[in-house]
Amino acid sequence: MDRLARIWDSDVAWSFRHSPIAIVAAVVALGTIFAAVFAPWLAPYNPFDPASLNLMNGFTPPGTPNAVTGQAFVLGTDHQGRDILSTILYGARISLFVGFAAVIFAMVLGIALGLLAGWRGGWVDSLLMRIADVQLSFPSILIALLIFGVARGFIPAGMREQVAIWVLIVSIGLSDWVQYARVVRGATMVEKGREYVQAARVIGVHPVRIVLRHILPNVIGPVLVIATIGLALAIIAEATLSFLGVGVPPTQPSLGTLIRIGQQFLFSGEWWILVFPSVALLALALSVNLLGDWLRDALNPRLR
Amino acid sequence: MLAYILRRLVQAAAVMLAVALVSFMLFRFVGDPLVNMVGQETSLEDIAELRDRLGLNDPIFVQFADFVWRALQGDFGISYRLQLPVSELILSRLPATLELALISGALAFVFGVGFGVYTALNRRGWVSNTIMTVSLIGVSLPTFLIGVLLIWVFAVELQWLPSFGRGDVVDLGWWSTGLLSTSGRASLILPAITLGLYQMTLIMRLVRAQMLEVLRADFIKFAKARGLTNRAINFGHALKNTLVPVITITGLQLGSIIAFAIITETVFQWPGVGALFINSVQTVDVPVMAAYLVLIALVFVVINLIVDLLYYVVDPRLRVDRAAAAS
Amino acid sequence: MTVASTWTGRMLLASTALVLAMGTASAETLRWARVGDALTLDPHSQNEGPTSTMLHHIYETLVDRALDGGLTPRLATDWYIDPEDPTVWVFELREGVTFHDGSAFTADDVVFSLERVRAEASDFKALHASVVSAEAADDFTVRVQMEGPTPLYPQNLTNFFIMDRDWAVANEVELPQDYAAGEETFAVRNTNGTGPYTLVSRDPEVLTELAVNESHWDAAPEVTEIIYTPISEAATRIAALLSGEVDFVQDVPVQDIARLEQTDGITVTTGAENRTIFFAYDMGSEDLISASVDGNPFADPLVREAMHLSLDRDAIQQVVMRGQSVPGAQNVAPFVNGWDAALDAYGPPDIPRAQALMAEAGYGDGFSVDLNCPNDRYLNDEAICQAFVGMLAQIGIDANLVSQSRSLHFPLIQNRETDFYLLGWGVPPFDSQYVFDFLVHSEVEARGGWNGSRYSNPAVDEMIQSLATETDLDLRDQTIADIWQQVQDDRVFLMVHNQLLAYATREGANIEVHPENQPRMTTMTFD
Repeated sequence: MDRLARIWDSDVAWSFRHSPIAIVAAVVALGTIFAAVFAPWLAPYNPFDPASLNLMNGFTPPGTPNAVTGQAFVLGTDHQGRDILSTILYGARISLFVGFAAVIFAMVLGIALGLLAGWRGGWVDSLLMRIADVQLSFPSILIALLIFGVARGFIPAGMREQVAIWVLIVSIGLSDWVQYARVVRGATMVEKGREYVQAARVIGVHPVRIVLRHILPNVIGPVLVIATIGLALAIIAEATLSFLGVGVPPTQPSLGTLIRIGQQFLFSGEWWILVFPSVALLALALSVNLLGDWLRDALNPRLR
Repeated sequence: MLAYILRRLVQAAAVMLAVALVSFMLFRFVGDPLVNMVGQETSLEDIAELRDRLGLNDPIFVQFADFVWRALQGDFGISYRLQLPVSELILSRLPATLELALISGALAFVFGVGFGVYTALNRRGWVSNTIMTVSLIGVSLPTFLIGVLLIWVFAVELQWLPSFGRGDVVDLGWWSTGLLSTSGRASLILPAITLGLYQMTLIMRLVRAQMLEVLRADFIKFAKARGLTNRAINFGHALKNTLVPVITITGLQLGSIIAFAIITETVFQWPGVGALFINSVQTVDVPVMAAYLVLIALVFVVINLIVDLLYYVVDPRLRVDRAAAAS
Repeated sequence: MTVASTWTGRMLLASTALVLAMGTASAETLRWARVGDALTLDPHSQNEGPTSTMLHHIYETLVDRALDGGLTPRLATDWYIDPEDPTVWVFELREGVTFHDGSAFTADDVVFSLERVRAEASDFKALHASVVSAEAADDFTVRVQMEGPTPLYPQNLTNFFIMDRDWAVANEVELPQDYAAGEETFAVRNTNGTGPYTLVSRDPEVLTELAVNESHWDAAPEVTEIIYTPISEAATRIAALLSGEVDFVQDVPVQDIARLEQTDGITVTTGAENRTIFFAYDMGSEDLISASVDGNPFADPLVREAMHLSLDRDAIQQVVMRGQSVPGAQNVAPFVNGWDAALDAYGPPDIPRAQALMAEAGYGDGFSVDLNCPNDRYLNDEAICQAFVGMLAQIGIDANLVSQSRSLHFPLIQNRETDFYLLGWGVPPFDSQYVFDFLVHSEVEARGGWNGSRYSNPAVDEMIQSLATETDLDLRDQTIADIWQQVQDDRVFLMVHNQLLAYATREGANIEVHPENQPRMTTMTFD
């Protein structure tokens, strides 16, 4: 209980309690994540099961029964007769999975390389930072397109659709590690010079232990901020890549794929196929971005 | 100084070679160019024969060496799709992309700095909160959707602005510009907004964060103590100190804008190099893809080089650090 | 140079339309948009739809394809097999025709063009493979010597454009452009045809302008100026029509047709295209590449029958195609020689019976296999595949949909690297032999290049070979019918539908759908 009370009284929590935007954003983000994680139990249908689909349900408007089959759907159906609400829930699941996995991938890679560069210095540092320069200046969507293209060559024909999602994660993650590496490298260089670290080295503490126990905790704050914004970026990047024709298969669509598909129906009158997934994506990305914003200000002691 | 520049030039060349090599290895996985080059009646033998004549059966490194050798002489070959010299094709499309990138970059900069300063100075106002939240929509929806929605509202429903193309263009030597005609300027608005929205949000956030830091710096406190007006402090000192990193970042972002133009150009049928690249990917037009990627690499290398050299000239402290890092 | 804009063009057009309404105008500018541009203006370099469509306005062919699929005279006024020699085709040419540069059109130009179209770098050479030589009997008669009797040769000439020999020689374009040579030739961006329009300006993939050819031999068209702009994104293309920035959109997505029809100021015309959309599967190999079971389930007639029974063509037509397709069971369009109403008929899906057949074949537990599908080639190609995945799932076949760009999809079929795929097939000569040669005959020499089904039946092969030289057309039609019967009995293809095309114009502009999707702006009329 003490612990909880301490968290409740902490500066960050205080700032959270006094920021209505942060509270709303957190509710929306957590709600979406919850709905996505529990999609198989919450969704009325399983849109990823082709055998359960009835094509004749296609293009049913929201809330009104289908003219042929008589079935009704809260948010309508798409061009394959899939329930939009269910595809959004399942799609958000895929988008979030890609987002989180890409962020974790980028974070682990970035932190490891940043620590390495900062700790070792010298040529290791120059090499890594030069790669980072190139990487940072090269646009992320092009990097993702390149990786996707190369991966297609290595993966055997029958496996491609199954591993597409992992390729996507690596593509997005690889184009995003530099920011973490920069922050961690800077912090490591500063901490390395501190007396307590020097002392620990003198008494023979293993460098890995020093890094993990003393240096890493110092960079958690900025890394968390980058990761939050990065999550929103990764979800949008997935949608953009889907527009360029690389991404998850249409039988198991993400939110981005749903929007890409729905976009075809903008002028044909089936607005719900585009609007609902877009609103879902907007709500998710916006709330995560707002949380990131708040976190950045809250963690910056000089702004209080 | 000279040694530093030389070293950076060598590094730049290495980066470009690496980009060219990676893109070359990639082409094999984009698809088979022959599909789009011959009609369906063509026999498999004839296809194999054409493939051979194009040198597509050679080992990848032979093709790469050939490409580099010819590229050094300024020859990027001929487009598989449009049968025109690639260098000419890209040069004719470059003005459209550069114009779009520069205009949207400028828009992003002006509005980004303006909003950034305002939200920093009025941190808790509801206007600031609105600006901060609304601007985030720009990074919370995919670019292609924003473009399509803008077309729908401003071209179809309101009929204020054109939905596609560049409008009237005027040729000034090899450069074609849409800025000298009313229709050209009208055509630029929607693509520029679509492309600039993301950068604007980025710049705005950066300016705001920098301003907030600078406003709490000691020299600002001294300035206040000296009794300077708020206006003089905010714009004369705080903004000035904020702008250096902002300009640097914006400059670096220019390359990114050119790359993101791929999507904007596709949505608005903007006749730039980005749309050319996507069409080339779809039809596996290897010579155009290779030249485009090398061009993009060149743009980045040049921008990075300029930024580095500027740092070197402007900030003596960095000289040691950068030189050490580069060695 | 200032390129006329579509934006100011719109203002101009509004005023022209007004003048026209008063019945005084004789000039019409047409702003025409479609998904892609002509790849080249060299008439013998690219055998590709949009390229030929554009070239038909600048260059002309000996014979032309009528909207009903028949042949009509163009630069040739008459054509027949030499009564004395069944291996010679005689073409009588139109007199008084001139090229755009003023030089006269003669038999020598046809002889030259026939040499050029058969050159190594020509993309049309396969259509003229049986030609031995051509000679000008006089200024307006050409005799073409064939390898043997070739009764259907004129059917191959609907995209054979005639060039001027002197112009080609003067500009060093006696041969079509060779990709491998690595340089642009004069004919890629410059033209000299006999066609109804002349080239004014061209910026590839941006804008092409054509103006009417005042000295053309045929009746003057209503459209006097053409401004052609490719718009690759479907939504943008439709937006440009809705906002009045273009007058004619050739590639209208099926989902937008109904809405456009109800929109004031826009007319939609639909018509049949000479293109069938069907599934095919590897029924010849011992083993499949991607299947979850050993052996080849598609080799079992029961499995093929079950797949046929699972396909709900009407549902695909109604939902995926929005009614814009003609479902059928025989994969040729009705206006192609060899089409048979009885063979094209299909029944409703019968899932219980299909399931029983699967069980009988020993696949009661089903199996999984990859379904390869293009996603940028045919109307709603990916959605058709996706719908079929759902139907197959009901009989236990777990199809993994692999949808990708045509540049990745078609090599899979040509290299025999796919077990199960979607293909669309147009029949430019309007005769079933073209289908058999490429899709049904075993892969031998020039035949069977697209036979990804790996169907091989020596008796059928023999019948197919006889078609090329059979001059008794009744006997030939009987052979075609026999081959189709066998192909349908063996369930070589799983036909879905014939594509329909939709053209959208601003109200008052009328054009009919061309079966090969090569509309002529000469046929555009205005109210």
